[in-house]
Amino acid sequence: MIYAIRTDSLTRDFKTVRAVDTLTLDVDTGSVFGFLGPNGAGKTTTIRLLLGLLEPSAGRAEVLGFDTRTQPDEIRQRCGALLEHHGLYERLTAADNLEFFGRAWRIPPAERQARIKELLTHLDLWERRKEAVGTWSRGMKQKLAVARTLLHRPALIFLDEPTAGLDPVAAAALRDDLASLAAREGVTVFLTTHNLAEAEKLCQRVGVIRQGKLLAQGTLESLRTQNETLRVEIIGRNFSEQALSLLRQRPEIADVSLNNGALTLTLRQPVETAPLVSLLVGAGGEVEEVHKSKASLEDVFLSLMKEDAEAEND
Amino acid sequence: MINDILAVIWKEFHELPYVRTGMRGGRLGLLVFAAVFGIFLPLQTGRDWVESPISLVYWAWVPFLLVSGVIADSIAGERERHTLETLLASRLSDSAILFGKIGASIAYGWGLTLGCVLVGLVTVNIAHGQGQLLIYPPLIGLGVILTSFLISGLASGLGVLVSLRSPTVRQAQQTFSFAYLLLLIPLFAFPVLPAEWQFRVIQALQGTDFTTLAAVALGIVAVLDIGLVAAGLARFKRARLLLD
Repeated sequence: MIYAIRTDSLTRDFKTVRAVDTLTLDVDTGSVFGFLGPNGAGKTTTIRLLLGLLEPSAGRAEVLGFDTRTQPDEIRQRCGALLEHHGLYERLTAADNLEFFGRAWRIPPAERQARIKELLTHLDLWERRKEAVGTWSRGMKQKLAVARTLLHRPALIFLDEPTAGLDPVAAAALRDDLASLAAREGVTVFLTTHNLAEAEKLCQRVGVIRQGKLLAQGTLESLRTQNETLRVEIIGRNFSEQALSLLRQRPEIADVSLNNGALTLTLRQPVETAPLVSLLVGAGGEVEEVHKSKASLEDVFLSLMKEDAEAEND
Repeated sequence: MINDILAVIWKEFHELPYVRTGMRGGRLGLLVFAAVFGIFLPLQTGRDWVESPISLVYWAWVPFLLVSGVIADSIAGERERHTLETLLASRLSDSAILFGKIGASIAYGWGLTLGCVLVGLVTVNIAHGQGQLLIYPPLIGLGVILTSFLISGLASGLGVLVSLRSPTVRQAQQTFSFAYLLLLIPLFAFPVLPAEWQFRVIQALQGTDFTTLAAVALGIVAVLDIGLVAAGLARFKRARLLLD
C-alpha cells in the first residue's frame, strides 16, 4: 500500500501545551480521509505540520514520500491547501486570484487559462469571474478557494473545515462539489471537520483526535463495529415473562427490557439474532420486526470522546 | 526564482491601487502627487529644477513618501486579511515572497518618481525653456535615477521589516511613521546645535566636493538597503510568521 501521509509519533508542543501528541496515522493514496475532533483538538496544527509550515517537536511525518522536516518545499509543490481562512485576496477579482496562484505554481499561460475556465465553470462561478471577491457570499468564496486548491492538479489537498460557517444549503452544495471534484481529479483529500455528517458523506476513512491524541482511525464501518452499542430491538406481541427469563439466562445477554411491545436486548458480544427470535417464538411470542442497532459516526465520536475524558479523569 | 518573484510582483501590482484608499482614491492621490511634484514645484522653482543639484533632495523625498504609503500593508496586511498562511502554504519560497514584495514597492516608488521627473521636465521646458531644451546635466540626471532607486529600496526594506513585526496594518503604519521621524532628526537637530558646531558642519560641507558628498551619501544608503533586505530575509521565516 502506498501512503499519501504517514506519521510516526508526531508531536508538537507550544510552550507548555502539547497540541499534537505522538500522532501515528496513515492515509491511503487516492482516499478521502476525515480528521475529526472538537475545536482545539490539534487538527489545524497537524495540517501545518504536514505542510512543513511548522517543525515537529518530536516524531516524524512523510507526505507523498517526502519528509516534512527536510523536504517541505517538495511537499508544498505537490499539495493544495484550503486552510482555516479561505485566504483569497478580496480586492482582486476571482480570475485574478486564480491567475496569481497559477503563476505561483508556474502553470503555462494557455494551460492556466483553460484550467481556470474549467474549474470556475464546474463550480458555476465562470460568469462572475471579473467581480471582486470581497463582494461575494461566504459560500462562493469557499468554492473559489476550493478551485484555487485544485488549480495546479495537486496529488494531495488539505481542507481545514471547509464548510465551517456556511449555511446548510451552501454547505451541502460545497460538499457535493468537493465530492465530485475529488472523484474526478483522483486526488487524496485530508479533511478536518467537526461536522460528522460531512465526514460520513465524504470520507472513506477517518481518524478521531482529542487534545492532540489520536483516539481511533479506520474505515467508518470498522469504527462503528469497534464502538458499536450491541443492541437488538425486537418488535412484536405476547412476549411472556417466561421468555424474558430465558433470555436473561443466556450469557451473551447483559440486559432485557420490554417497553410498549418493543423488546430491547443489550448484548455483551455480537451474536446471531435468529436463535433469540426462535426462543421467543418457541415461548409463544409473535415477532414482527428485528433491528440490529447500527452506531452512527456521531455515536462513535461521542463514545470515543467520553471514554477518553473518563480515562483522563481516572 | 525570478518567475516566482515576478508572480508576487504581479499580485502586488494588482493590489497596490487599493491600498489605504481604494481604487478611485488611490488614483486621485497619485494625480495630486504628480501635480505637486511634476507641475506645481517645477513651475515655482524654474530652471533650477533641472540645473541645481538641490533637486536631488526632492527626488530622495518623493519615493520615500510614495513607498511609505503602501509598504506597511505588505506583510501586516496579508496577516490582517488572513491571506498570509495560504501564501505560505504555496510552493513560493520565503525569499521569493520577500523579494517580490520589496521589488513591487521599489518598482512602484521608483517608477512613479521617474514619472514625476519626466512630467517636471516637460513643465519646466514649457514654462521656462525660452526656446531652449532644458535637461538634467548627466551627473545630476544619474544622481536622480540612483537616488530615487536607492531611497525606494530603503523605504521598502524598512517598511517590510516593520510590516513583518506588526500584527496589523495600523500598527505597521504607526511604527513606520516613527522610523520616518527618526530619519528627520538630523534636519530638526541642526538649528538647535550650538552656533560653533553649525559653522563647522557648514564649513565641512562647503569644503567637500558635491559629487563626492553625493557618492558617499548614496553609498551609505546602498549599504543600508542591503542591510535591511538581509534583516528582512533573516526575519521572514514561515514558522516564525505563523507563530507570530
